[in-house]
Amino acid sequence: MIMVPSVSQRNDTEKEDNMQPFRKHQGKVAPLYRANIDTDQIIPKQFLKKIEKTGFGEFLFNDWRRSAEGKPDTAFVLNQPQYSAASILVAAKNFGCGSSREHAVWALADYGFRAVIAPSFADIFANNCVKNGVLTVVLNDQQCEEIARRASEIPEYQVTVDLEQRTVTDNQGLAANFPIDEFTRHCLLEGLDDIGLTLQHQAEISAYESRHPVPAAWKS
Amino acid sequence: MPRTLFEKLWDEHIVAAPAGQSPLLYVDLHLVHEVTSPQAFDGLRAAGRKVREPLRIIATVDHNIPTEPRGTPITDEIARRQIEALQQNCRDFGVHLFDMDSPDQGIVHVIGPELGYTQPGMTIVCGDSHTSTHGAFGALAFGIGTSEVEHVLATQCLQQRKPKTMLIQVKGKLAQGVTAKDLVLGILGKIGTDGATGHVIEYAGEAVRALSMEGRMTVCNMSIEAGARAGMIAPDETTYAYIKGRPFAPSGKDWDAAVTRWRQLTSDPGAKYDQVVEINADELAPFVTWGTNPGMVVPITGRVPDLPANGAERPNAQRMLEYMGLEPGTPVENIRVDRVFIGSCTNSRLEDLRAAARVAKGHKVANGVRAMVVPGSQNVKRAAEEEGLHRIFQEAGFEWRESGCSMCLGMNPDILNPGERCASTSNRNFEGRQGRGGRTHLLSPMMAAAAAIAGHFTDIRSWKFNGE
Repeated sequence: MIMVPSVSQRNDTEKEDNMQPFRKHQGKVAPLYRANIDTDQIIPKQFLKKIEKTGFGEFLFNDWRRSAEGKPDTAFVLNQPQYSAASILVAAKNFGCGSSREHAVWALADYGFRAVIAPSFADIFANNCVKNGVLTVVLNDQQCEEIARRASEIPEYQVTVDLEQRTVTDNQGLAANFPIDEFTRHCLLEGLDDIGLTLQHQAEISAYESRHPVPAAWKS
Repeated sequence: MPRTLFEKLWDEHIVAAPAGQSPLLYVDLHLVHEVTSPQAFDGLRAAGRKVREPLRIIATVDHNIPTEPRGTPITDEIARRQIEALQQNCRDFGVHLFDMDSPDQGIVHVIGPELGYTQPGMTIVCGDSHTSTHGAFGALAFGIGTSEVEHVLATQCLQQRKPKTMLIQVKGKLAQGVTAKDLVLGILGKIGTDGATGHVIEYAGEAVRALSMEGRMTVCNMSIEAGARAGMIAPDETTYAYIKGRPFAPSGKDWDAAVTRWRQLTSDPGAKYDQVVEINADELAPFVTWGTNPGMVVPITGRVPDLPANGAERPNAQRMLEYMGLEPGTPVENIRVDRVFIGSCTNSRLEDLRAAARVAKGHKVANGVRAMVVPGSQNVKRAAEEEGLHRIFQEAGFEWRESGCSMCLGMNPDILNPGERCASTSNRNFEGRQGRGGRTHLLSPMMAAAAAIAGHFTDIRSWKFNGE
């Protein structure tokens, strides 16, 4: 049972709702069925110097998408015309491992991905996704492999990710359930600003701080 | 009910546990650097929010700064803008910045401990995955994304789901030439790059107790390479001796009270972990990675492995070999290197530089090899120079640079050229990590120094140390 107030009930401690809610999404699937895709691949370090959150989509998987001279690698999935409008990515295990860079999620979202399906995700990456309204869907190896296969073989292949029902379905008979933490699900469904939620606990934070003061040596 | 070290810290830091939500955890120390913070400060501005507790934050510039002599202009316009943004943000929000010209500047995970900020029992976060380093002190320390950085700036708290626990028990003693780096590479080889996902690791056992603080930091640093949320080692006399007298550590009667408190920070006998892994120290050797994730390790006496006969792993391994330009069956000692990098938050502390200098002393870097030593901080650099380590390196033909993250991630001008092969003391050998097309092999500082001199990987256990 979720006790947090709904968006409409929240008071003025929450000044922004900057996250796009995720309820149900149907979209084309791009198969990138490799294990351990790290955030250095998702957004290479040469693009981390921007001080804005926008404009990273152009550089998503840059070093896989194009040569050092900027020429597109036509074999790479995102350069193939049938996947140009994909909004769901399917990958193998441990997606998003490595660096904590949220730029990886900004790049995926800016490119147009709303969900990533994989057998497992790195923890920090998965947290970063929640903060940006991108859904990480955990299915088992066989299910992920099968979705990747269908996306490779069936033209215009689409799946529907339904967060309310916690299901992934297609028109080929796929009907898979995925697990998700209840609070995470609630935040995504509502597009909640979690800073606003935390600020509702000002009194408890202050009480904690009075019991645990800043170390004396840090005050000078 | 007996509790683990992690559980004690977790319970201690819960501010609120609202029904149906993740608990709110208080953050004692927040470390900030130039790459993952600008959007967080902008988020505060956009919402009209303040930094809740500036005294619990320290900032530095490390990721993209050049390691040429300080004062050399930064020619990368975008990097300069990012550094200037941090300077402005720290001024606007009252955050203490150890700036480019500070005598205390350095890699954020080097300066936190060396200045005495990092202390047992604390919760420590930073927008950087290698925050796990600080767990060496018996702190709960983990990396976060930029949205969470903003959350901590505004509230000094984080909503966190409770991770699981994993005990890694290391039995026996590390042999001569086998270092903390080899221990953690050995662990990664055993459990893999997602072996600890969702878990906080506690390292224990005789070999862990025998490590210096520098060694413990190396081990905890690479916990994230196993996917762990954090790595921890219970504090002991080694920990207290390291912290005592540091500028931002407790002093006087605060010190005595702190040590009394810290002595409670051990896992209770009989405490339960979700997973337990045992490692025999005497089965470890000096390791070198061969592939493009840190779990792909082989002993220095080994060979590049054969491809798996079939299954899902085969295409991955094939891809790694192609990227790395290696043939299965090649003896590791026959692999030649073009570049050597000694540095990073994993291995750039004084003890690491001493170990590398001991190897380099009286030798010359091999023809055609370019070798760099990048101290972790200005304090490390000064201390090394007082001992004359810089002269040993320079006489052997190593470059002696200014402090920063440098070629660990190549955000500054220190990068590999396509196809170049590097022996690196850093933490990640991902494709392109040190420069597009660059080939990274991870290993210990001693093994890296020896590779620079031999021109290929070589077994440190049979090295000729000059003057010993």
